[in-house]
Formats: sequence, C-alpha cells, structure tokens
Amino acid sequence: MKKPGREAGWIVFFIGPSLAGFSIFYVIPFLMSIFSSFIKSPFNREFAGLSNYIALIGNPMFRRALWNTLLFTGLAVPLCVILSLFLALLMNKAVFKRRVFRTLLITPLVCPTASVVIVWQILFKRYGLVNSLLASLGLQTQLTDWLNSGYAVLVVLLLFLWKNLGYNMILFLAGLNSIPREYYDVAQSFGAGSLFIFFRITLVYLGPTSFFVIILSIINSFKIFREVFLLTGYYPDKHLYMIQHYINNCFTKLDMQKLSSASIIFSIFIFIVVYLLFRRNQTRLNNE
Amino acid sequence: MNRSKIRALLLLPVVLILIFPIIMLFANSFMTAREIESHYYSAETSPKLVLIPETVSFEQYIRVLIKEPAYLKYFWNSVFITFFILAGQLVVASMAAFGFSVYRFRGRELLFFLYIVVMMMPFIVTLVPNYIIAGKMGILNRWSSVILPGIFSPFGVFLLRQFMKMVPFSYIESARLESCSDPGIYLRIMLPLVKSGLVALIILAGVDSWNMVEQPLIFLSDSSRYPLSMILSRINLNEAGIAFAASSLYMIPFLLLFLHNEKALVAGIAMTGVKE
Repeated sequence: MKKPGREAGWIVFFIGPSLAGFSIFYVIPFLMSIFSSFIKSPFNREFAGLSNYIALIGNPMFRRALWNTLLFTGLAVPLCVILSLFLALLMNKAVFKRRVFRTLLITPLVCPTASVVIVWQILFKRYGLVNSLLASLGLQTQLTDWLNSGYAVLVVLLLFLWKNLGYNMILFLAGLNSIPREYYDVAQSFGAGSLFIFFRITLVYLGPTSFFVIILSIINSFKIFREVFLLTGYYPDKHLYMIQHYINNCFTKLDMQKLSSASIIFSIFIFIVVYLLFRRNQTRLNNE
Repeated sequence: MNRSKIRALLLLPVVLILIFPIIMLFANSFMTAREIESHYYSAETSPKLVLIPETVSFEQYIRVLIKEPAYLKYFWNSVFITFFILAGQLVVASMAAFGFSVYRFRGRELLFFLYIVVMMMPFIVTLVPNYIIAGKMGILNRWSSVILPGIFSPFGVFLLRQFMKMVPFSYIESARLESCSDPGIYLRIMLPLVKSGLVALIILAGVDSWNMVEQPLIFLSDSSRYPLSMILSRINLNEAGIAFAASSLYMIPFLLLFLHNEKALVAGIAMTGVKE
C-alpha cells in the first residue's frame, strides 16, 4: 500500500520544478523588494525605518499616480461588473442566434491589444473619426484632444471594457447556471414578481461569483499600464500617469528605494483584496 | 417579434461596438496606402469611416511580408517567445497542479495561497529584483530573460488545479490499486481528463505572452529582439497601412485557435471562477 516516504518523493518530483522557478522569479524578487524598501540606499544598507515610505507619500508625482490609479479603478470596476452582469442576464435566456452572439462577445479577449491600438489612435486623435463624427452630428463646436486631456481616462476605460467584458460575462453565466432551477420554480409558485426573483434569488446566489468578478476586475484594472503604454507611450497625459508609470520612471532613474516602497504599497493593496477573497471562500465552505 | 429576438436586438449594439475595431482593422488592411491617407489624413476633408475598400489591394500585406522583412522578423520573435513559454508552462504547471490536487501535505493550502497572491500581482511590482536576478543569471537581453519567468507564471498551476479538482479521487485510487505508478497516473489518467483545461491554458496564457509589453521593455535592451507586440503601436501613423496589415496578421493565429476551441476556452474561464 501507500508508503509516506515514497509519497513525499513524488510531491517533490511534481511540485519541485514549479516551486523552484516560482521562488527564483517571483517570491525572492518580492522579498528583495521588501528588504530594499527598508534600507537607506543600495550602498548604505542601514535600516531606514519608514523613511522611504514617508518620502514617497510626500512625493506629489506619487500622489498623482496613486490618485489616478484609484480613480481609474473606481470608474472601471463598477462599470465593467454591471455591464457584464447585464450581458450575462440577457445571454442566460433564449436569444436569437445565441451562439453567434457569445462568440462575438468573447472575441476581443483573444485579440492582442497591441493589434487594435492603431484603430484606437485613428478614432481618437485630434483629427480623428470620433471628432469628425461628433462634428457632423453638430454635437461639438471645437475639437477634443481625446488622448491628451482628462478625456484620456475615458478612452482607456473603453479599451478596458472592450477587453474584459467577455471574460466577466462568462464568469457570470457560469454563476447563473449554478443556481438551482427549483429556487425559481418555488418562487414562481408563490407568485413572486420578477423584481423579487431578481433581487432575492438571482443576486443573492450570484453573490460569490460577483465577488470574484469584482476582485478580478480590480486586479485587471491595476494592470492597465500595458494598455496605456501601448496607446500613449512613455509620457502619457498627466491624467493617465499611473502607479506603474511612476515605478517605471523610478526604474529608469534607478531610484530603488522609492521604487520598492511604491511596489510594496501597491502589493499591500492587492494582498488585502486577495485575502478578502480567500477569507470569504473559507467561511462559505464552513457554512455549507 | 418574440422575446428572443428582442434580446438579440438589445445585444446587437454592444456586439457591434466590440467587433468594430476588429472589422475596421481587417477592412483597412486591404486598402492601398493612398486610400488610407485620403480617408484619415487628408488635409482638405475631415476623416471619414470607410469599411469597404475602393479596390481590394494586397499592397500592405506585400510590404509587411516581403518588402520590409523587419516585420516578419519581429513576428517570428513573438512566435519564438510564446512557443517556449507555452511549452514550458504546460509541462511545469500541469505537474505542479497534479501535485497540488493528488497529494495531501502540510502547508499545501498556504503554499497554494501564495501562488494565487503572486498571480494577482502586476509584473511591475517585482521589476527591479527580477532585473537583478536576471543580471546575476547572465540572461539579460536574451530571450530567456522573458521566457523563464513566463514558464513559471503561477496562472497555469491555478487554472489546471481547478480542472483537476473536478476529477473524482476514486479514479486515482483505483489506478493505484491496479499498481499504476504516479507518473503513469499523471500521464495516462489526469492529463487526458483535463484536456480542455490545457487548451484553455494555451489560449489564455498564449494571448498574454503574445501581447507582452512590460517584460521586453525592461529585459531586452536590443530592440531587434522585441516581439511584434512592442512594435505595432510604434509604427508611425503616417504608415497606418502597414500598421493595419501587420496588426491583422498578428491577430489571426489566436483568433483561429479560439474559433476552433471556443468550448474549451469558455469552460476554462468558467473554471477560474469556481470556488475552493
């Protein structure tokens, strides 16, 4: 039968390679970041307490980057979640040509953003299609410089929704499918109205899925640097200057201390979010 | 009109907006440089949207594929990077996922939690230490500096473990009773059962490395090693024609892969939402 010693050997055999690479390329770099956020400089490794963090928070560029990142997340996440829920609710019922719709809704997910950037640029440049359309509709008297003004956030938001709606919709569809049919039957037999059914059954049982979708959207909104970089290069409009730009700039200036502290603050945000996700799963499991 | 058609009408505008960039890209890639210029860059008239070329021309594709070989070279760079990341990740991640789902050991959940936390971190957080480590390993400005971290990305372990959890443990026990070895169980029982998970991983992780930006930006100082994803957005707007054709070509591989494996991809995405 099973021998514990042999099993330990197999665990190392199967997980070992992954764990080794995972440590070298992810865990150790992260620990190094924590370390360098608490020292004075790479050459003077004295313990610096929280002084790097305090300097960072006093830095106006960092505050702008933090504010922009939070603003973007605050706009993008609710919009993305509500829209994808709406799509999933529609797609969960009988829809004419449903299969075709589903395929088209997920297609952006597999399109590299780098490929569609050219379209976005032509749409939103100063003498671009959007301005020309608005002008011909008489909605606009002067040209908006979409990518170099506060509106730039909206453009990136559109790109974010374009990329992420499909993924979230599938998650919601899976969640809707897992709600037992009988709940609806029972509610209907009691003569419950459709609003009651939506708020008291659908939304309630969709809770865990919604939570996951929200978390995932938050995380993805933190990764928006890639899209912003592709769209606007190294020097975006100040409204699009994200924490990742700040970190990237510290990198080019070799300002390790600010860079690590910024990374650590950023990771603490993410860690809290992921921890909440896990805690919730555990309690759910215990209640079942 | 019945309800299913009303729903379709509600969905139609959303779908049109989502599909529009792709259609515009392909449509424009078949226009001549002159036509593109007259649509979007004419000094006299305001830009207008045209989705059907005056004359279907392969001029841009011929430029990208034959006349200006640099683009093809960047394309192959992308293929090379993505291929090795996927090949490596499929092996390493499926083995680790197998280990996490078949064996019970102390600290298993904690270790897996660590994988998930790291999976959620944007690459930029560990940028500099990564750079230092790549420097120590002597792989800076080499392909391996972007390929190796990609291979060990925790996402694959997470995704495949979700699939393997669905495999009844009795399958594994009965295989053991028939004295099948552990690698045998992994190869002959587990892998065939999670085939759609592997396909979903190929598409999701593949698109991600195909679209790689941050890593080459930092690790590859020699821009001739850049993948095409780094180049597309830098093509000057005066050469929009080339950008349209190159971007269209860049989109095709994963679009085809997706259209042939939509079911597996949908199952894979749904699986990322399944709870512990």
